[in-house]
Amino acid sequence: MPAGSTYEPIATTTLGSSQQYVTFTSISGSYTDLVLVVNTTGASSNVNYDLVVGNGSVDTGSNYSATYIQGNTTAPSSTRSTNATQLRLGNNAYTQASGGNFMAITQFLNYSNTTTYKTVLSRQGNPNLSVEATVGLWRSTSAINIIRIGDSGGITMAAGSTFTLYGITAA
Amino acid sequence: MANTYTLISSNTVGSGGTAQVDFNSIPQTYTDLLIKTSTNASSLTIIRIRFNSVSSNDYSQIVLRGTGAAVASFNNAGWDTLSAFSPSYNNDGANIFSNNEYYIPNYTSSNIKSISGDSVTEANATTAYTLLYAGLLNNSSAITSISLLPSTGNFAQYSTFYLYGISNS
Repeated sequence: MPAGSTYEPIATTTLGSSQQYVTFTSISGSYTDLVLVVNTTGASSNVNYDLVVGNGSVDTGSNYSATYIQGNTTAPSSTRSTNATQLRLGNNAYTQASGGNFMAITQFLNYSNTTTYKTVLSRQGNPNLSVEATVGLWRSTSAINIIRIGDSGGITMAAGSTFTLYGITAA
Repeated sequence: MANTYTLISSNTVGSGGTAQVDFNSIPQTYTDLLIKTSTNASSLTIIRIRFNSVSSNDYSQIVLRGTGAAVASFNNAGWDTLSAFSPSYNNDGANIFSNNEYYIPNYTSSNIKSISGDSVTEANATTAYTLLYAGLLNNSSAITSISLLPSTGNFAQYSTFYLYGISNS
């Protein structure tokens, strides 16, 4: 009997023009974990990649916390956020022409259960700015069926940016 | 059949080791590439990675590195390869293999290429490497080949290299 699927694509978006948010809705609860792969070609100004999740609608309340470890061109650092309204995965201040790409691989573990808070693990970076690892928490026992990424401050992400959501099944 | 990680090619190093591992003629039918390796080297060395035999100074990266004794971050700009990972910190011997991963999204696009990676080694010693990478290939060509090569010495026997393709539809 063939092995079950591993990374199974759920949805993908390539921006034809700049926009503020990319949202994945009606995410099936049939997987074990989710993986979001983001690859952006840059932006006209400093874009923050703010991640929010929810059930039915995104939660923008103060229900997120995270620990970040970051290395830039000169020094490492580690920071925390608590009672935040989003998980901030990083920012990109370079355009495609000047060689700035932001990339993130973000995992949502056991996202569809209704008994625990939800943990997010992410690796992201821009080779001209920094490389980072993040562990985040959404303090809700609701299943995640909506994910949104983009700058809550209104800056848009550039055309050509790609966002793909995969499902992973444990068995 | 649902899409999965699809193995494109694999390489297990035989007796005597090898100076270089190449993945050539990479199909252009996937969305992203993933390289997973388990490596040991014959000497203390840095593993370098090169795409499409591009050896001009088109590579840059930021590295976050911890050893258990110190933490550092730094950037390498204008290099002729990416400095991918180190199999060992202290030339830990024949039984210690590092675990390494490199993810390249949209490898067939005409944009410059992003690379995300991590590398870990554990040898029950005072120090060992854990590294995170954000890399860039400032080249608009689709990736059709990948080479991994130690800065010195050879990959040791039993080192393994796997190249996977991942499709988004």
